[in-house]
Amino acid sequence: MTQGNRLSGGQIDRNTTLNFKFDNRSYTAHPGDTLASALLANNVRLIGRSFKYHRPRGLLTAGSEEPNGIVELRTGNRQEPNTRATTIEMFDGLEARSQNRWPSLKFDALAINDRFSNFLTAGFYYKTFMWPAAFWEKLYEPMIRRAAGLGSLSMQEDPDEYDKGFRHCDLLIIGAGPAGLMAALTAGRAGADVILADEDFALGGRLNSESFALNDGTAADWAAQAVAELSALPNVRLMPRTTVIGAFDHGIYGAVERTGDHLASLPAGKPRQILWRIYTKRSLLCAGATERPIAFENNDRPGIMLASALRTYANRFATTAAQRVAVFTNNDDGHRTAADLHAKGVKIAAVIDVRPDAPINHDYEVLRGAQVSDTKGRLGLSFVEIALADGSTRVLECGALGVSGGWNPNVHLTCHQRGRPVWNDDLAAFVPGTDLPPGLSVAGAANGAFSTHGALRSGAESAMKALDLKGSLPDLPAAEDAPASQTPFWYVQGCSRAWLDQQNDVTVKDVKLSHQEGFRSVEHLKRYTTLGMATDQGKTSNMGGLAIMAELAGKSIPETGTTIFRPPYTPVPIATFAGRMKGKEFHPTRLTPSHYWAKERGAVFVEVGNWLRAQWFPLPGETHWRESVDREVRQTRASVGVCDCTTLGKIDVQGSDAAAFLNRIYCNGFAKLAVGKTRYGLMLREDGMVMDDGTAARLAEDHFVVTTTTANAVGVYRHMEFVRQCLFPDMDVQLISTTEAWAQYAVAGPNSRKLLQKIVDPEFDISNEGFPFMACGNITVCGGLRARLFRISFSGELAFEIAVPSRYGDALMRRLMAEGEEFNVVPYGTEALGVMRIEKGHAAGNELNGTTTALNLGMGRMVSKKKDSIGSTLSEREGLNEPDALMMVGIKPVSQTDKITAGGHLMNATGPVDAAHDQGYATSAAFSPALDCHIGLGLLKNGGARMGEKMRLVSPVTDLTVEVEIVSAHFVDPEGERLRA
Amino acid sequence: MHDLVAITALGGSEPRVDTTGTVTCSEVPGVALASVAARLGREKKAAKALAKLIGTPAPAIGRFEGAPVAAFWTGPDQWMVEAPFDSHEDLAEQAKAALGDTASVSEQTDAWVRFDLSGADVLAVLELLCPLDARKMEEGDAAGTPIHHLGCFVLCRAPEAFSIYGPRSSAGSLNHAILAAMTSAL
Amino acid sequence: MIIDHPLLGPRDSSEFVYLGDASLIDRPDWQAENAAEAFYDYAYLRDNPAGEHRELWFHESGDRSWLVVTRNTMTHEISKVELARDVARAQGRSK
Repeated sequence: MTQGNRLSGGQIDRNTTLNFKFDNRSYTAHPGDTLASALLANNVRLIGRSFKYHRPRGLLTAGSEEPNGIVELRTGNRQEPNTRATTIEMFDGLEARSQNRWPSLKFDALAINDRFSNFLTAGFYYKTFMWPAAFWEKLYEPMIRRAAGLGSLSMQEDPDEYDKGFRHCDLLIIGAGPAGLMAALTAGRAGADVILADEDFALGGRLNSESFALNDGTAADWAAQAVAELSALPNVRLMPRTTVIGAFDHGIYGAVERTGDHLASLPAGKPRQILWRIYTKRSLLCAGATERPIAFENNDRPGIMLASALRTYANRFATTAAQRVAVFTNNDDGHRTAADLHAKGVKIAAVIDVRPDAPINHDYEVLRGAQVSDTKGRLGLSFVEIALADGSTRVLECGALGVSGGWNPNVHLTCHQRGRPVWNDDLAAFVPGTDLPPGLSVAGAANGAFSTHGALRSGAESAMKALDLKGSLPDLPAAEDAPASQTPFWYVQGCSRAWLDQQNDVTVKDVKLSHQEGFRSVEHLKRYTTLGMATDQGKTSNMGGLAIMAELAGKSIPETGTTIFRPPYTPVPIATFAGRMKGKEFHPTRLTPSHYWAKERGAVFVEVGNWLRAQWFPLPGETHWRESVDREVRQTRASVGVCDCTTLGKIDVQGSDAAAFLNRIYCNGFAKLAVGKTRYGLMLREDGMVMDDGTAARLAEDHFVVTTTTANAVGVYRHMEFVRQCLFPDMDVQLISTTEAWAQYAVAGPNSRKLLQKIVDPEFDISNEGFPFMACGNITVCGGLRARLFRISFSGELAFEIAVPSRYGDALMRRLMAEGEEFNVVPYGTEALGVMRIEKGHAAGNELNGTTTALNLGMGRMVSKKKDSIGSTLSEREGLNEPDALMMVGIKPVSQTDKITAGGHLMNATGPVDAAHDQGYATSAAFSPALDCHIGLGLLKNGGARMGEKMRLVSPVTDLTVEVEIVSAHFVDPEGERLRA
Repeated sequence: MHDLVAITALGGSEPRVDTTGTVTCSEVPGVALASVAARLGREKKAAKALAKLIGTPAPAIGRFEGAPVAAFWTGPDQWMVEAPFDSHEDLAEQAKAALGDTASVSEQTDAWVRFDLSGADVLAVLELLCPLDARKMEEGDAAGTPIHHLGCFVLCRAPEAFSIYGPRSSAGSLNHAILAAMTSAL
Repeated sequence: MIIDHPLLGPRDSSEFVYLGDASLIDRPDWQAENAAEAFYDYAYLRDNPAGEHRELWFHESGDRSWLVVTRNTMTHEISKVELARDVARAQGRSK
């Protein structure tokens, strides 16, 4: 039978037929359907199995509050677990599967759990899996994990794109029901910059679900007209399929727009969802209300639904869960469902109303003062058992039962900044409190205005108030204005296996048990029973649990408490929060000026912060990285090598107080540095630890170029601005980063000068006399290009750093290689750079690790006591200056072939090997081509006085012990003759 | 005249141009930049000297002024001067000459990559890129803003034409973000 | 959060980098007799108020101004935003 449960009317396009599959069976639907409405139309009531007891479950609602009807959507790498069938907009080719059942939905082996329900009560896991402790990891947890959870992940990478975006408005209206539409019309007509967002694909809220009239037409017609008018207003932006998930500080709202979920496939590059950050001056919450169920014995069978959901399915989606329907209600709204279904030709078995004075307006039976005491039906509802007012019992046959216990305002967003809802006695419900997020107001049913007229009116009034509009209210369409008092009726007395939270399988009995066991706070109840902790966050269950708890404690509901709500309003895929920041776009990538050249040379790259740097340049035939790196080091030390060092931070420091400023920033002195000279500088944190090091080149009396390490460039700049603006605001000093402006290359090795002489224009003398060690200056190269030259050395060789504007960096590197051919020039990467600095004994990131002082690094005497500099005072603390303070040393294996491991600890040659006898540790290690053995740097207690001592380098992690000798950290050219050549 | 050949920030010999729908994104290498920061106590003189350089009063907060040499506000008493590269490759020198000791000047030409973004639907692209309310930006507005975690400047040249300055070393990532937003929005 | 920058107007807090207590402006005199003690306090000791807190934020993706933001740590309400340079000067800091 095709769509056997289709009714007449509705807002579906019957001219188009869509095909979809559920559990591999094919069905048809129409545009305008959700997966839920299409399943009902095809007479499918059983949709899944419950979490704990594996009980057959169907739909409870027709909206995003759905706890039960959750399915796995799509296939392959687009498979998505736990999607609510009630919010899935139908598309052609949709595929969905039920969850939490094996081997099939109709026969589920774990349904046996239902038989053992007496044991599987609240706190079952806490009580059962207590001991032995060793069983937890090996047995209990794997077992529980297998049994728990609903859907399953594809275990493949999500192929879709997700975006983030930013929108601004004067008024954000959340929800496009009668209140939201009327508010948007009021604000939009007044010219305000308005965003109207609604989670549904059809704007209109309950107006699309009701049969009553607005003015002369249907409610849905009026909604469509309102949407048409709003669409034509340039100052109003409509955002359907957009859930406002959170109200954050200072008028920032998070919203998820589902731009692609309703499409069978996404065009390339189009996002599936967009996470919008909406900035607004004012916002209006028009989120409506959610109907609350009544708990009774076996109230979870497929076919038992909220009465308003049945009405939505009938009026909007033209479908019914069954051809014979009963309604169980404590209020007049439940009767609307019966009347609407009746009008559509559905047989009403009876309306069961707990009130003795229930209205009787139609020619179907109304059972006054009656209650549903039990239900029957194996995979779906077949019979309801009714306790009549006279004490007798009656059994009614029906395939669906609509349940209405009244309505709860959707106050969620009002709680997102710690606001608490307040109890309203007339409505017997929580309504928004007074401590709302600043700028937010609430209108319509979300604020307790339950009638359509009330919602329209409050929408218009709230919009006027939010925007401070003068004048009279706009004309409102004529609409029903039923009184909105509710008499609470939470559960049928005597029930036990009556479900409150259907998704997490929490029953009335569980709540009673937890009360009995001493859980008095709602928050404790929630965590002990897991009530309201499922993906629906208790939208249909929290109130029931609270009411039962209040009754057991003999208190009122507001005295008992309420749970407050946190973002997100409905579940959001993690991918949506990630947006485009994934894979190699996780962070921006910074490329050096010589990157494209290095790529052509086949360089192997390494990530250094966001930078990609050449790590080494393998030649054909080289099979191991060490071959390449050793060659690069040997060739540089023998002749000349070139390395891109653009990544070091460069900060222009200018102003008449520039030198005085550097004196404060660096612990060593800079005031007397001559123009045209460069000096090594050590920067301390205020606590006396080393922050960073680098060089400062004085290009003019009032102009320095400061370099920082690659890793700390951003932090050092920020620190310098702090010192400039917050500590010494009257210093005449200006800072700007020039890191990216200049391509800078180290040219190192005995032939570096000869190579540079071919590049640097002849009017600049770069001989040892004309441009001695630590000289710097502005020059020109290659026939007039402005450049900077620094005679500084990290490798320990005669070396220069040359900088040209970045756009010429590629060409300069190619030129250096071409001109250097006669010297057998070699490009070297960060590995060779590291080897050479270890050979030379230069401290780098491994030693400047945030726990070392200048003293530790052998630079204690650099800290000037004649001036104020950041960190100098605290660097003098006694504890940092004890005689056995760690000192940087060199480490050599006693046996030439042994390897040094960075991170290994230094232990005395004899004696115990334990933390108490720790002498220090190796910070850096490398194979030294110059020494033809492994070498290392380390921090050793009183290291300066222990040269020549034999020690053990121990790595308990790798179970390694190596005999080592402590030597000077300056393995190569300790006198510095080469770099001064 | 030197004989080194420049490459663009995206690594090409010619600037990259991409069009999606109505919006075109063009890499603009032909621009010289220099930062100007007034010396302490000389802020007014610096602003005057800058005005002379750009032929119009120094731009106020959030604005850019001048042609062909223009300047935009980057911070308190700080501006970025912008001019055509071919005629002003030595812009920093020119600016220093104009400002003398009233301000510190640094060459910034190659610290930045510029992308010009224009077309009828350009706002739909910008709202996916940065938190600025670009709808409210008018010709001559300039603002700093993060794009894809990069500190950028956005300049409104005309109602449907914007320039984005971002860090040159991240030109590829920035370009990718812009093109992805164009595909997404258009 | 939104920080109302004194020069630029409302800006998303994601454009800023947080440092901490604005008492970091009050760096002690290195030549004072109790300098060691004063620097110890300055570097390590902070109030942790539940309520109004003056704190330093750096507008890293903006104009690179350091700001002193007065924020209520209970409600996130921001009652005052000043340029740190002005605050430092007002507190007697110079060069």
